[in-house]
Amino acid sequence: MASTAGTAPVAVTDIKETKDASGRRRGRVGYLLLLPAVIWLGLFFVVPFYSLVATSLFDPSGSDSRGYEMTYHVANYWNAIQDYKGPLLRSLLYAGIATGICLVLGYVLAYAIAFKAGRWKNLMLVLVIAPFFTSFLVRTLSWKLILADDGFVVDALQTLHLLGDDGRLLATPVAVVAGLTYNFLPFMVLPLFASIDKIDHRLIEASGDLYANPIVGFFRVTWPLSLPGVVSGTLLTFIPSAGDYINAQLLGSPNQRMVGSVIQSLFTDANNYPAAAALSMILMLLVLVMVLLFVRRAGTEELL
Amino acid sequence: MSQVVEAAASEGPSDGPGEQLADPATYDGLALRALTKHFGSFYAVRDLDLDVPRGSFFALLGPSGCGKTTTLRMVAGLETPSSGAITLSGKDITYAKPYQRPVNTVFQNYALFPHLDIFENVAFGLRRRKQKDVDKTVREMLELVELDTQARKKPAQLSGGQQQRVALGRALINNPEVLLLDEPLGALDLKLRRSMQIEIKRIQTEVGRTFIHVTHDQEEAMTMADTVAVMNHGVIEQMGAPAELYENPRSTFVANFLGQSNLIEGNIKNRAADIVTVDMHGIDVSIPAPRAHAPGDRGWVGIRPEKVLIGEVGEELDAPGNTIPGGVVSDVSFVGVSTQYLVRMPWGQELQVFSQNTGRHRLFAVGDQVELSWRPEYAFLLDAAQDAFAGAQKLDSDG
Repeated sequence: MASTAGTAPVAVTDIKETKDASGRRRGRVGYLLLLPAVIWLGLFFVVPFYSLVATSLFDPSGSDSRGYEMTYHVANYWNAIQDYKGPLLRSLLYAGIATGICLVLGYVLAYAIAFKAGRWKNLMLVLVIAPFFTSFLVRTLSWKLILADDGFVVDALQTLHLLGDDGRLLATPVAVVAGLTYNFLPFMVLPLFASIDKIDHRLIEASGDLYANPIVGFFRVTWPLSLPGVVSGTLLTFIPSAGDYINAQLLGSPNQRMVGSVIQSLFTDANNYPAAAALSMILMLLVLVMVLLFVRRAGTEELL
Repeated sequence: MSQVVEAAASEGPSDGPGEQLADPATYDGLALRALTKHFGSFYAVRDLDLDVPRGSFFALLGPSGCGKTTTLRMVAGLETPSSGAITLSGKDITYAKPYQRPVNTVFQNYALFPHLDIFENVAFGLRRRKQKDVDKTVREMLELVELDTQARKKPAQLSGGQQQRVALGRALINNPEVLLLDEPLGALDLKLRRSMQIEIKRIQTEVGRTFIHVTHDQEEAMTMADTVAVMNHGVIEQMGAPAELYENPRSTFVANFLGQSNLIEGNIKNRAADIVTVDMHGIDVSIPAPRAHAPGDRGWVGIRPEKVLIGEVGEELDAPGNTIPGGVVSDVSFVGVSTQYLVRMPWGQELQVFSQNTGRHRLFAVGDQVELSWRPEYAFLLDAAQDAFAGAQKLDSDG
């Protein structure tokens, strides 16, 4: 820009002026359009977030009835990590496994819907979203029935000797991960479908024409072109499942407690607001760091 | 759709491509034998026999839906034939997978990989076959298609003509025995298309590979190819060198699809060994026997508009020919180098005449009385059973 200004100053100022005139008008409309969301987020995200940060630094000896004192008590964070590193790591682990399973299941499903479903495409998409018509809680509770000790799944697995006679599914990590996978699968399938559906089929034909067998063609063409969907699907699955507490609570035992349940009980049962707030912040920062690393690694900014 | 196909089939390629077919087992080029592809009851390609000599620039020309792209896709392996066989250098490749045959394609919309840069697009085939010296080979290819400075750009950053050249380089670098070009210039504007035609022809001469070019643009086919096969309704109507097809069409479809033709109804009076005489609305015209393709006693006398000479009534002819008096000019369009006339004949038909503005004649005006004539060796005779307007191009399209 500087070199252009040097060579043709008159023309540049002309262009700049017209740009400003149109830019200002566009800007005003843009700000107006942003306004409702900004107000909403300001009231219900920024203010509570500020209050959460503040709470996480309160003196932990205070209580709901006596009130809290702001002492910038950073040790809240250390204590939270010390006391709850089990649930924290478990949350990331369960969320990671569930996201991995979702990715495999979701990719195959999205690929089939995009490339093979033909006229059933729309119906299949509706079926993917169909679980949203009932509440999250009800669906998770019904998993409790499915995985129950005298339910047909456990019976079948016991008959096949895949599960010992006193083995169970409920209150095990398997149940929690299965619940997470089930509940967040649509969040994986939809962005994956959007990405895969956009891929020009002729590119896959071209890869075959250029000596790539179907498997190589998939990894060289289809997979890289679907990466935007892989990244957004993974984020949409991993982030909420890392903070989820319903699945661990309904399908797991105290041994499968995830950090979400801990935060919830610190807030509602133990009334330990500073610890709960600090733990929330830690979870948020952990997820943020992992997401940044992941996005960097996937290199999606280079894609279309 | 199937009705049209049946009509075409009964009409038939009366004398077919005419040439003797080679034995596919020993032929060193590409041979298609009785190749058929149908989608349900619709026959896209029907009983196609074709020999494409090694090293030739071969064009498959026809209107959209004539089966030329389906034929190409079967050669590429992207479509499985319903029946018939494809052999390349004596090897049967009818059912080989696309990645198993020494054939590469330049796709209609290029199908460049958007996530790879130009270098990697061109290198794709080499890398899949684990070739050595990828770097050097790709550089050489990029030079051949004049894109060596664009190697690290993404396809979306290039112009249409450049993308076209990437597609060409990406296919050519694999040294295919046959290169297939599927309407490769369809997306380019006219000027770029002309220069790419020359460019592709130059590259073909340079690499000496077999090119099969599918197009609906007759001018493109004629300027680029050594041999043109005109396809219609899934069969080859006629095949030959561009000049041969143009000068001696065997069907009304070819006569109209390649350039323009005047077709005038006539009764065949006499068939001598070398000359066929036809009574054309009371005027006797003669046609060389090798140019007569009408089996019955009626036929269409065909003459190209630029072969028709226009002159004053009673004017002496510069060569002995068929003379038709009684014409009245009904339309004149002056193009500069030439003038295009429509001349209404006594029997009501309007004939087209393209006249070079050599200065030998004055410009005729609408309403002028004129005489038309042509040298008999340029006339041809077609089967009266065929539709006189088959393959005729609409004024507002090039298809």
